[in-house]
Amino acid sequence: MTKVTMTVNGKAASGEVEGRTLLVSFLRETLGMTGTHVGCDTSQCGACVVHVDGKAVKSCAMLALEAEGAEVATIEGQAAADGTLNTIQAAFQEHHGLQCGFCTPGMVMSAAALLKDNPKPSEAEIRHYLEGNLCRCTGYHNIVKAIMAASGQDVSAIAAE
Amino acid sequence: MYEFEFTRPASVAEAVAALNAEEAQALGGGQTLIPTLKQRLAMPTTLVSLSGVAEMQGIGLQDDGQLVIGGATTHAEVASGAVGTYPALAALAGQIGDPAVRNRGTLGGSLANNDPAACYPAAALGSGATIVTNTREIPADEYFQGMFTTALEEGEIVVSVKFPVPEAANYQKFVQPASRFAMVGVFAARFADGVRVAVTGASEEGVFRWTDAEAALASSFTPDAISALSVDPDGMIGDIHGTKAYRAHLVNVMTRRAVAAAV
Repeated sequence: MTKVTMTVNGKAASGEVEGRTLLVSFLRETLGMTGTHVGCDTSQCGACVVHVDGKAVKSCAMLALEAEGAEVATIEGQAAADGTLNTIQAAFQEHHGLQCGFCTPGMVMSAAALLKDNPKPSEAEIRHYLEGNLCRCTGYHNIVKAIMAASGQDVSAIAAE
Repeated sequence: MYEFEFTRPASVAEAVAALNAEEAQALGGGQTLIPTLKQRLAMPTTLVSLSGVAEMQGIGLQDDGQLVIGGATTHAEVASGAVGTYPALAALAGQIGDPAVRNRGTLGGSLANNDPAACYPAAALGSGATIVTNTREIPADEYFQGMFTTALEEGEIVVSVKFPVPEAANYQKFVQPASRFAMVGVFAARFADGVRVAVTGASEEGVFRWTDAEAALASSFTPDAISALSVDPDGMIGDIHGTKAYRAHLVNVMTRRAVAAAV
């Protein structure tokens, strides 16, 4: 076992891990932060997306020890301390951007990464950016709508079904 | 995953030393290797991460005009960092996998793995790049040796890759929609002294140069110049996603599209 130390949502976090411990396992099992989900475990579905040093990564395809010293951001750190949802989360709620909610942590973290680089993405850019985040409920329309709304853009033209 | 030791050296020399251990394996961005380990298709005793090696990071233009990219540079970094110097390469890097994969996957990792449907091998071969390892410099024409096979020796690391920058180039990828790998991908590049056309995803031998097309395009760099040419379906990959004949057809189509887009 090796000690790993990182910053998670602005707070110092450390624990003993094996070489093979995945970042997502460290977050969920060592730190008890189960907001980050494991969907496919084959790095395709994106439910496990977190930010490492500001970049969206699939935490099921990264070893915990690779995040030594890194700044990690997860879904738990998105809302304010009093529980007030951030703009993206509120837009997902407002525009019904989720049904079962399993993919939502990854969707929100991917959306946050997109809007950081591209504050006013087009509908096509949003859909393209989300190609590594799978949702089996919504058909994506309302997710795209929520991200458009979170970026302060008109959503009336986006398909509603 | 089977258990392994993990080490994250800070220099190429330390990484080479760590890779001397029996059954040691280098780890690039892990976007292929970690899923492979999960399936227990590999069982290294030591995993040597290259992500902490500063000298393998970054993109720079050499005095001779070649673009040098560190082996541990991610696809996302190339997609944004090479736009001004080698736009066709930047565009190719920006089409690999999905955004989160591009933030981890590396140039060196892709070239060392040499997946027959990966994008980077087409760029390296199509550019006539030089693969710089810890011991030598290998021309792309000698580096790729068939599916998942390269000239790399045991424990040898792709430290950087030197890309000659063509006058015009383009990569066209026919995406296999489930995996985002190339069903067929063609990188066409026009240099002052000739044309190179490299094809990925299509052949059972991995990435290859379509030399008939190169010769035709050298006299006229237009899509029409290769309309009558075809590759032999024999030796193409045939699977549930497409037959040999389908891939052979796609090679011509994607090459014409790449030439049209590069002109």
